[in-house]
Amino acid sequence: MIRIANGQGFWGDSLQAPVEQIRRGPIDYLTLDYLAEVTMSILQKQRTRDPQAGYARDFVELIARVLPDLKDRRIRVIANAGGINPMGCRDAVLEAAARQNIKIKVATVTGDDITDRLDQFFKRGIELKNMDTGEPLSAIQAQVERANVYFGAFPVAEALSQGAEIVITGRVADAALTLAPMVHEFGWKETDWDKLSAGVIAGHAIECGAQVTGGNCQVDWETIPDLADIGYPIVEAEPDGTFCVTKHAGTGGRVTVASVKEQLLYEIGDPAQYITPDCVADFTTIHLEQAGPDRVRFTGVRGRPATNYYKVSASFTAGYKAVGSVVYTWPDAYKKARAADQILRQRLSNLGLRFDAIRTEFVGANACHSIPAGEPAPEIEPHLPEVVLRVGVRSENRAAVERFTREIAPLVLSGPPSVSGLGLGRPRVEEIVAFWPALIPKSEVRPEVAIWPSAS
Amino acid sequence: MAKRELTKRRLIELAHARSGDKGDLVNIGLIARKPEDYPILVREVTADRVKQHFAGVCQGPVERFELPNLGALNFLLHQALDGGGTVALKADPQGKTYSTALLRMEIEV
Repeated sequence: MIRIANGQGFWGDSLQAPVEQIRRGPIDYLTLDYLAEVTMSILQKQRTRDPQAGYARDFVELIARVLPDLKDRRIRVIANAGGINPMGCRDAVLEAAARQNIKIKVATVTGDDITDRLDQFFKRGIELKNMDTGEPLSAIQAQVERANVYFGAFPVAEALSQGAEIVITGRVADAALTLAPMVHEFGWKETDWDKLSAGVIAGHAIECGAQVTGGNCQVDWETIPDLADIGYPIVEAEPDGTFCVTKHAGTGGRVTVASVKEQLLYEIGDPAQYITPDCVADFTTIHLEQAGPDRVRFTGVRGRPATNYYKVSASFTAGYKAVGSVVYTWPDAYKKARAADQILRQRLSNLGLRFDAIRTEFVGANACHSIPAGEPAPEIEPHLPEVVLRVGVRSENRAAVERFTREIAPLVLSGPPSVSGLGLGRPRVEEIVAFWPALIPKSEVRPEVAIWPSAS
Repeated sequence: MAKRELTKRRLIELAHARSGDKGDLVNIGLIARKPEDYPILVREVTADRVKQHFAGVCQGPVERFELPNLGALNFLLHQALDGGGTVALKADPQGKTYSTALLRMEIEV
């Protein structure tokens, strides 16, 4: 049995969680998921300003902090912290190790970045058609910022078999971070579809960190103990493809069949065909059982052969947006907020500004649940203590969006009464980066695995 | 034999849920709190009813998948996020709260 822990569900997740995973109980592998699609474009912006940047700096700080623990406890780390500059991340990690006089074997998994090869692909008829719309990527070529392939677990497992103690990857499928140590330790083959699917499902279960151990859990949420010290998830994996999801003893949170089910259903499509680079996992074959306190056992997982394609995510610029908010208070807060919205829209129209979209939401009345929530009941509506007017605009034209941001603050003095700007200041104009999902034949790209022992 | 009356109940009494995004699509996993209530969910919470519930929010079709092993249904709401995560102007641009929005639905039990 091996223990694989997750210490980071997204970039911006708890800085402390990975440290607790290392220090509060036994684990063999620590996986850290830093890359959401949004993250890749943030990293791109950082690298435009600084060619040394483009990876998750948090990861380097973490490694510097825990390196002695990793060595003492023989814990190996797998992280997609490389972002769009895995070699920069490698250098920073090796430097941190050198400063502490600790020898460490770092591996990189790269080859996922196909940005510079797009022209060549288009010329050869590889169109990278949008999976939703069918349009070829060349239609927006001028707007494309990057394109990355999602690799699977095998190159990461290869890095582990070469003795890597820290594996830094660019884009790999999230679940592959968890599957890789199983492939390495148990010698699973590329055609072990059921076992690979079990590993993928284990990865899916823990890839969002505490969202499987009682965080964001709807069942009896008020009774879930000590969320302030919530334990992050650990997979205890067996060579036969069965596994348990649990957490360190003494930590907060709760691992139940209910908390696990919620996470299994998070961000999936057809549950019988969960497509990954390594296999097609079938979520309808999972059997769950509460095997003890904070311990859920998974058995019965089946899967099918992988497809001949990797998924590609291309990012492209798609205009500008800004969102502004002010808050109106009792009495008639909602009525005032609606009136202010009309005034704002009239002013924007008087200025001759056009937008691709204007959206108004009333936070405190029905912003998130919108139409399914309906309007506040007539007997309640006039008595709502406060309602936030939240207006967003989107346009290709930056100047129009910029001008919009100047029209929020004046509402406070020149509109309905009893209003505050929420202390937020002027809204910020944001360049929109959108995403283009596509497929590429596996034969067109090859993952590259390299080992970089520290110099000292 | 006493005639059994149908009563209206909110979905939140029978189920819990989690939602997330993929581009302009929202998925909502709906899970029976008790396994014996799963057939009620299958019968009452059809793709059509979910489409109706999110009318004006979900511009595209709604697909439904069954996971009897987990006592759960998975719904895919297409074109339901104002263009998707980074493009959307919504307070909830990733559809995280669509889960509880679905649980507002009233069904006959």
